[in-house]
Amino acid sequence: MTTKPRISKAELADQFRTFIDPEYVITDDETIKPYECDGMSMYCEMPLLVVLPETVTQVQRVMRICHEHGVPVVARGAGTGLSGGAMPNKEGVVLSLAKFNRILNIDPLARTARLQPGVRNLAISEEAAQYGLYYGPDPSSQIACTIGGNVAENSGGVHCLKYGLTVHNILSVEMVTAEGDVVTIGSDGLDGCGMDLLAVFTGSEGLLGVVTEVKVKLLTKPEVARVVMAGFDSVQKAGDAVGGIISHGIIPGGLEMMDGHAIVAADDFAGAGYPREAKALLLCEVDGTEEEVHEHIAEAEAVFRKLGATSVRTSQSEQERTLLWLGRKSAFPAVGRISPDYYCMDGTIPRRHIAQVLTDMQKLSEEFGLRVANVFHAGDGNLHPLILFDANVPGEFERTEAFGAAILKMCVDVGGCITGEHGVGVEKIRQMAVQFSDQELQQFHDLKAAFDPTGILNPGKAVPALKFCQEYRSLEHKQHKHEHTEAAHG
Amino acid sequence: MADISQKLQEQVLQARTSGEKLNIVGGGSKTFIGREANADAGTLDISGHTGIVDYHPVELVMTVRAGTPLIDIETALAEQGQALHFEPPHFGPGSTIGGTLACNLSGPARPWAGSVRDQVLGIRLINGKGEHLRFGGEVMKNVAGYDVSRLQAGALGTLGVMTEISLKVMPGPAASLTLVQDMAIDEVLHYMNSRAAEPKPITAACWFDGKVYLRLSGAKTAVEATAEKWSGDIMANGEAFWRSVQDMQHEFFAGQSAPLWRFSVGSTATNPGLDGEWFIDWAGSQRWFRGAGELGDMEPLARAAGGQVSLFRGGDRTGEVMHSQPNALKTIQQRVKSSFDPDGIFNPGRLYSWM
Repeated sequence: MTTKPRISKAELADQFRTFIDPEYVITDDETIKPYECDGMSMYCEMPLLVVLPETVTQVQRVMRICHEHGVPVVARGAGTGLSGGAMPNKEGVVLSLAKFNRILNIDPLARTARLQPGVRNLAISEEAAQYGLYYGPDPSSQIACTIGGNVAENSGGVHCLKYGLTVHNILSVEMVTAEGDVVTIGSDGLDGCGMDLLAVFTGSEGLLGVVTEVKVKLLTKPEVARVVMAGFDSVQKAGDAVGGIISHGIIPGGLEMMDGHAIVAADDFAGAGYPREAKALLLCEVDGTEEEVHEHIAEAEAVFRKLGATSVRTSQSEQERTLLWLGRKSAFPAVGRISPDYYCMDGTIPRRHIAQVLTDMQKLSEEFGLRVANVFHAGDGNLHPLILFDANVPGEFERTEAFGAAILKMCVDVGGCITGEHGVGVEKIRQMAVQFSDQELQQFHDLKAAFDPTGILNPGKAVPALKFCQEYRSLEHKQHKHEHTEAAHG
Repeated sequence: MADISQKLQEQVLQARTSGEKLNIVGGGSKTFIGREANADAGTLDISGHTGIVDYHPVELVMTVRAGTPLIDIETALAEQGQALHFEPPHFGPGSTIGGTLACNLSGPARPWAGSVRDQVLGIRLINGKGEHLRFGGEVMKNVAGYDVSRLQAGALGTLGVMTEISLKVMPGPAASLTLVQDMAIDEVLHYMNSRAAEPKPITAACWFDGKVYLRLSGAKTAVEATAEKWSGDIMANGEAFWRSVQDMQHEFFAGQSAPLWRFSVGSTATNPGLDGEWFIDWAGSQRWFRGAGELGDMEPLARAAGGQVSLFRGGDRTGEVMHSQPNALKTIQQRVKSSFDPDGIFNPGRLYSWM
């Protein structure tokens, strides 16, 4: 943990202005305000100042100064994160990589792209499309989120089961260390000598270094992709159908589930023609060669019918495929329309527990008096429960947070984890104590210190202080005891 | 099928107290990898720590004890029509999953199916303080905490004793066939990469002695339709050929004494101008060279090809055998090592002389 910086705001700004365009060393509250939070707007903090360097050398100099004076640094891409990972530190600097927005090179034969960290995720695929290539990971925020942020969060998307996460789709990262060194981890080869620092860096939430360049692998666009939509009258049957497809030896490009609330909301929003009476909906995309897709689509339809689908529809055109996906892709804003606010959770569970978890979640929903809609990356077990609430009702957000914590605990209890792709940030820092022991958390702190000995990079995020964990666990324990006592009396 | 993790933990704690160093040994089939083992260190034998802990075929996840032989894992998977898609090399019947991950070894399918590092989801590990820790999990997506599981890949056991490994597994292919044709080395990199860029079910591409071999796997109709479109003859014993490449039993690897160098480089990079025998795998990303030489002379060639080089087998194993690290990364790796193993108990000097 950091102590108070040994330099004043004015001195720090003056130092930065000697090598960065003064216009991009932001110190006034009004201009700083938009940086106070990321996509998780419930967690806000005003930083000392915001700086927007334009060159790697400038990033290095910023880091050296901050390292020398013990000033916390929070790196920031597009600010679309959903766990408060880019929330500023009030004693520190926000280091925006917004000016690093160039695609440096695309190599169609080697199928790679060299990118500055501020390049938007979708822009990579748009640029690569002329070569019949695309970038695999496609988080819902892909229009806005940047590749630097994707590396920091190890972002996923709807195609992870078949095409992997960010960690599977990058070759190398150039980064600036906490001490101001520029290093490249990884190479053009598929692996290298020594420890796999690239793996540990990916998903490290800005705690180990600042990304200044990324080389990604590009995938060949499949010949054809088609989607089968299947409606079910129970979540249990839909869950079984997911297992059925996989047992059959088919690995879908995407396999998504929505529950009743989400189906209706998404259909109202997108007019996708979903079966509105269904209790659960599966979207199963099969991609590959013409022959392979033809073979697998027929098998998938048969599996769904056999396992009790009440409706099965397969896209007959690219237009229809896009429409069927539109509902799923707009599920978050669609749910946003039926509630003043919503809180998006991100637990992962072993798929076989899906029906049980959703049933228990419904019970919790009634207990907490808050509605919940579920969209689910069913293929890889990543749940996104959306808790609907109204921030203007006093106490409702606190109740929402408690409901969310209960959901995450349930995920860990069935062998899953507290975050599949959104990261821990500040939002889930308390739940880290549910998933990890003190010894494991201490190992994380020690590992962090290997990269950042003075702890200036994104302090207070991702890994909780141990003292804090003991307090949280004992609080949990008390609550449980209380619940058990109540149950015994009830 | 036994859980000896407690015994392993006790031995680590004892070593910590007595100041003893430990060489971690599983099946003992990969003793030729890395630098020569420290002769003064004791042995921590994990070959007795075996067994499948958890396997739900429908989850596509298997959890095994680290000393489990690969052959046992693959047999259990095959019964359910599944497989390890990274095609780990077997250097003998004793080759274990723990050693495979520690050495980050994957076979011909690696560019398409991913490596053992890519498929690992979680581990349990005894660190140098004798603490038995759990990282990652048994689910495909998990970003809670640093990815300590994948950090083990290629670390040659220098960070701790892995006791359990959870892996993503996949269905085996319905059909597979291999196309072979004559091609010169200076044409083959362009050819293999062009084929890999087509949306076809290619799952392996290698070149040796004037011939290029491409494997197609997947749905039967797709494999057959692609084979008809592409040039080359269908190989009668394709499966045996790839098995020999995977296990390094192919004539290029077997029965030779000249040092074997491994270049991990950009797939399209011009081949280093070294006279000798080459075997190009992974569509150009992994290139094997047979011949005498110094690591210091090989490194600039590897760097020019965008990657790194290691002395994989044979040669002088008392000096460095891995591509050197720039100072900043050397410092970070030494600190990472200390964070897991503050007394330097595990596999001293096996990866680098300075670790």
